[in-house]
Amino acid sequence: MEVPILKQGDFLIATIQAALTDADLLHLRSALLQQVVRCRSRGVIVDVTSLDVMDSFASRTLREIAQMIHLRGAETVIVGIQPEVAFAMVQLGLKLEDVATALDLEEGLAHLKQKSENTA
Amino acid sequence: MENEIQVPINSDQDIVTARQKGRLLAVTLGFSSGDATLIATAISELARNIVTYAKSGEIRLTAINGSARQGIRLVAHDRGPGISDIQQALRDGFSTSGSLGLGLPGVKRLVDDFEIVSEKNHGTTVTAQKWKP
Repeated sequence: MEVPILKQGDFLIATIQAALTDADLLHLRSALLQQVVRCRSRGVIVDVTSLDVMDSFASRTLREIAQMIHLRGAETVIVGIQPEVAFAMVQLGLKLEDVATALDLEEGLAHLKQKSENTA
Repeated sequence: MENEIQVPINSDQDIVTARQKGRLLAVTLGFSSGDATLIATAISELARNIVTYAKSGEIRLTAINGSARQGIRLVAHDRGPGISDIQQALRDGFSTSGSLGLGLPGVKRLVDDFEIVSEKNHGTTVTAQKWKP
């Protein structure tokens, strides 16, 4: 299940649309990094609204994505973590501490725009 | 035991299959969607442990009836290397695979009853139960 990555101005938007296997997540990680380089993107949004389970592997991979993209000088925002998924993540001990999160796509974009204005 | 669902675990694709079947069973048994998410997440972690440490095994999902309550039982069974120190494996932050090391203690927090039986070189069986409130 490949995750489509859309380019919108300076930003990339990856919308997860179905359950992802570990291999799919690793593929998303390398695809996003390549696209960030190719498009000289300043920010990335990963929309996880349709993810019904965020386990330790998914959470670790998202954190790695954010860290790698940060090293490229761009920002990552994870948007749309469902309330039930958030509850399970906290119980499991997954915090995504150093990764920016936002309620939905709109707020994620607002966050990225604000960040890039501050650094411009 | 009737109504047992067995999911062979050999690859990361099977992890997804196991947690989807677990969620479906939980919802069928009348668990709330929040509890079904906890159950699916627990299955995902247990199945991942099988793939990571034992390469292959199985997840068994069963509806259970207590004296006055209903629940679901998750059994993760493998014939892998076994866990040499269970106490250590249940401590937050411990891992022998370079991962986050949150698997087992995390799963324990997601369910109501949790038991590990492991014998070195013979495999591991983790049994977890969650009851409907």
